[in-house]
Amino acid sequence: MTGALANNKKHGKTYLRRIVENRQMYLFLILPLIWLIIFKYGPMYGAQIAFKNYRPADGIWGSQFVGLEQFRKFFDSVYFSRTVGNTVVLSLYSIVVGFPIPIIFALLLNSVRSKKWKSAIENVTYMPHFISVVVMVGILMRVFDFYTGILHNLVVLMGGKWSLHVFTGDSNFRHLYIWSGVWQGTGWSSIIYMAALSAVDPQLHEAAIVDGASRWKRIFYIDLPTIIPTITITLILRCGSIMNIGFDKAFLMQNDTNMNASEVISTYVYKVGLKADSGMQFSYSTAINMFNSIINLTMISLVNSISNRINGSGMW
Amino acid sequence: MSQTVRQEPVKKKPNNKIGITRGEKVYYFIVNVILGIFFLIILVPLINIVVSSFSSPDAVGKGKVLLWPVEPNVRGYTAVFTYKGIWRAYANTIFYTVFGTILNLAMTFMAAYPLARRNLPLKKPVIMLFMFTMLFSGGMIPGYILLKNLGMLNTIWALLIPGLISVYNLIVCRTFMQNIPTDIEEAAKIDGCSDIRYFFSMVLPLSTTVMAVLSLYYAVGHWNDYFNPWLYLTKAELQPLQIILRTILIQNSFDPESVTSEEDILGNQALQDLLKYSLIIVSSAPILVAYPFVKRFFMKGVMLGALKG
Repeated sequence: MTGALANNKKHGKTYLRRIVENRQMYLFLILPLIWLIIFKYGPMYGAQIAFKNYRPADGIWGSQFVGLEQFRKFFDSVYFSRTVGNTVVLSLYSIVVGFPIPIIFALLLNSVRSKKWKSAIENVTYMPHFISVVVMVGILMRVFDFYTGILHNLVVLMGGKWSLHVFTGDSNFRHLYIWSGVWQGTGWSSIIYMAALSAVDPQLHEAAIVDGASRWKRIFYIDLPTIIPTITITLILRCGSIMNIGFDKAFLMQNDTNMNASEVISTYVYKVGLKADSGMQFSYSTAINMFNSIINLTMISLVNSISNRINGSGMW
Repeated sequence: MSQTVRQEPVKKKPNNKIGITRGEKVYYFIVNVILGIFFLIILVPLINIVVSSFSSPDAVGKGKVLLWPVEPNVRGYTAVFTYKGIWRAYANTIFYTVFGTILNLAMTFMAAYPLARRNLPLKKPVIMLFMFTMLFSGGMIPGYILLKNLGMLNTIWALLIPGLISVYNLIVCRTFMQNIPTDIEEAAKIDGCSDIRYFFSMVLPLSTTVMAVLSLYYAVGHWNDYFNPWLYLTKAELQPLQIILRTILIQNSFDPESVTSEEDILGNQALQDLLKYSLIIVSSAPILVAYPFVKRFFMKGVMLGALKG
């Protein structure tokens, strides 16, 4: 086969010739590309209904064009500040709490000397990561159950009285959402820092011991500086998704008493779009969704260019 | 080298054989206390759920269960076993997970192989086409309309096709393949090996690690998927476990037609609570049982992903 020597002689070959030589490679790409166009770019084509008044009978292309009216409707509604506010507040709260904890956790865990104890901690703390969102919320409802939860049982056992209705109220929702996230994610998020820490040269520690540096000092002057690049990248990425709170958990934790805090953009998009009793407003829902996607895209591009400037390495 | 270093603190405190100072002792004590508390905060609720599921409805209902089964029995599990809807949903989830993961792997590898090849013409734009979908998507409703127009709503395909390739996993797979030494490729080519044959007889056997990692990622994704079935499936006989779990665990509602047990689940609040504990265990069991054996693959996945920023 002539392709055999392709690598050695490629300078003499035309672009077209190289395509023909690699025809088998393109064969592999056919199905994935068809899928990509239909199922990823298809919805992007469909997203034009954000600028229209979509009616199924008229189709995506044939529906009446209304310009930015759907967007204006959202900006004017009371739900604009509520959903955007809730999304940003939850996001910031989760960055402030959920970001440093895995780092501290990794730094401490890294200094544990007993191998058995260390791997016991790892095994237990990584496990909750694999629990589904539904089961996670189910576990929360069991643990904090007003009559039968373990916290209630413990308090009663010690002679106290359990009086917390954890699932009621706006501020409870936020705390529960964030801290259950910490419970579920800390171990798993620390893996990346543990990996970075394993790259620390043990000789540095030994030299520091000779110089009389305490264990705390060694964490601050040896361990922490080593993982600073990892921390920067992770933080930058995290900030890029500041307007991005996933649908599942917020939706599953919603109830009538916490709507003022739990209605985020993604749940609202679902509600006005697909929930039967609030209207199947396809165009309106798509407009809100697009507003959110555009902000997300802007944020991540911004953050990426910052990352390029600071680290010299962004995602693209 | 380390011998001489270790001696330094020993000089100060000759009695201490391990060679740690008092300050370090305090340090390790504090660290172990903090980690121990964290360890317990994660472990205690999990233990409570396991032991509750093996306790009696009465003990659960009266709030007596802490970290040891009270009046041990399996009535919670018989209640789960006799609840019809759960088993149909369980079977559905197994089907979606197994079949879905196979399709995911096939498509991801098909896409990753050419995109990992050096100097493949048109590679860049194709990669850009994939990557862009990580940053921007059409959204919930356009996706729904698309599936509706394709007649895929309320079919098994709604859970299998739209998520065939996760671009993140594709990048992991491609990065892994790029690290296969190119000498092998050149040698194979000189021996007249075609690209298709090279894929099946060289790339696939050398990619078993990444295959294990990706199949675990995809499988857990299918098993835990709630969003897609919630949007796309309304027929009860197609619904996976997570939907039933939500009905029972979170909405606290039980389907009278599904109760085949002789015990009165519907009228017994304590038994309902017990059933929830058992259900949490039954639904998470496959992942938790497999977890110790496959942990290293999951962790490898984190590393492979991290290579690419």
